[in-house]
Amino acid sequence: MSAVVSVNPSVTPLLEARDLHLSFGDTPALRGASVAIERGELLAIMGPSGSGKSTLLHCLAGILVPDSGEVHFDGARLDTMREAHRSALRRRRFGFVFQFGQLVPELTAEENVALPLLLNGTGRGAALNEARGWFDRLDLGGLEKRRSGELSGGQAQRVALARGLVAKPDVVFADEPTGSLDSLAGEQVMELLIGAARDQGATVVLVTHEPRIAAYADREIIVRDGTVASLLRSPR
Amino acid sequence: MNVPLALLGLLEREPSHGYDLKRDYDTLFGRGKPLPFGQVYSTLGRLARDGKVVASDAEPGAGPDRKRYIITDEGVSELEAWLAEPVAPEPHLQTLLFVKVVLALMSGRSAEQYLDTQRAAHLGRMRELTELRRSSSLVDALLADHGLFHLEADLRWIDLTSSRLAALATEIGA
Repeated sequence: MSAVVSVNPSVTPLLEARDLHLSFGDTPALRGASVAIERGELLAIMGPSGSGKSTLLHCLAGILVPDSGEVHFDGARLDTMREAHRSALRRRRFGFVFQFGQLVPELTAEENVALPLLLNGTGRGAALNEARGWFDRLDLGGLEKRRSGELSGGQAQRVALARGLVAKPDVVFADEPTGSLDSLAGEQVMELLIGAARDQGATVVLVTHEPRIAAYADREIIVRDGTVASLLRSPR
Repeated sequence: MNVPLALLGLLEREPSHGYDLKRDYDTLFGRGKPLPFGQVYSTLGRLARDGKVVASDAEPGAGPDRKRYIITDEGVSELEAWLAEPVAPEPHLQTLLFVKVVLALMSGRSAEQYLDTQRAAHLGRMRELTELRRSSSLVDALLADHGLFHLEADLRWIDLTSSRLAALATEIGA
């Protein structure tokens, strides 16, 4: 088993993967990946295409269950949890931002943002109210009623960002959140993501292959061939 | 800098004395490294010998600078050909990073570890510049961006090299 390395071993990590193995058919995606993430930390997971970095993120987020190994979140075992329980935990404690916003095209921008709240049982009026509060903050004022097809790539991604943050998650998982954007729009998304996450005290797990995006994080790990190849830390 | 072609380029504007050529060269291209007079005249002598320029008859007066130089058709052709040809892109392969990787492989040291260490140093610097650009004026932010893009280019090279170490080791016989 590879060592589980935390930034500060004396602090109990909020989220931790221990020696994860996972194969898709005959293809191993994770081969003993371990990482520990502190509360409030911004961690970048880097690595070449196919290295297993997104698979590691999906296991940390309880979307995928590893073949072996353990995933611990805030004192609970995610990997052995029943799917219904894990799904509820994902909705209430985690937020997600993916490369392509993946907005629901039939819904307006504000309904998309309100979606996690609605799924958590918040009433429609209160959920939409809460959602609207994000539009000015993310420089989206006036776009509340637009559908995803009527938004630019950068706007859609900021709507997706609001959706990922609206339920005040403990952990925001972002998988190449700027991957489809030009430099300037990508930079704006990162500024907003980091700013909002810091304000809310959220932990951020960010998968990116772009060094300029990883440079927003407190720390980066490199995933190579399904393991965490190097754990690097530079002073903040 | 290609001094003969630079002088041809200056001569194409108008026939000039060696002194004028030196003055213009120093102003435009010198960047703190003025062209010695001796080099100006030896270069013009070679250009004349090769038929790229002709010298006018010596004008009356004292001193060495009594000839005016005129570019020939052959000189213009050479200048045109040179200007039309793209400059070789910056040969980054000779950077210290590359030398270190090759030397590490050849000496049986871990090139991968070296690259990981280098990656950490680069990312650490990028983190500093990112922090700087977030808290500074647009001018400083743009300068930080310039640094960030260059570091990013290095990092892409580091990543690619890292994934090709085995092939590189084979190729250099390490």
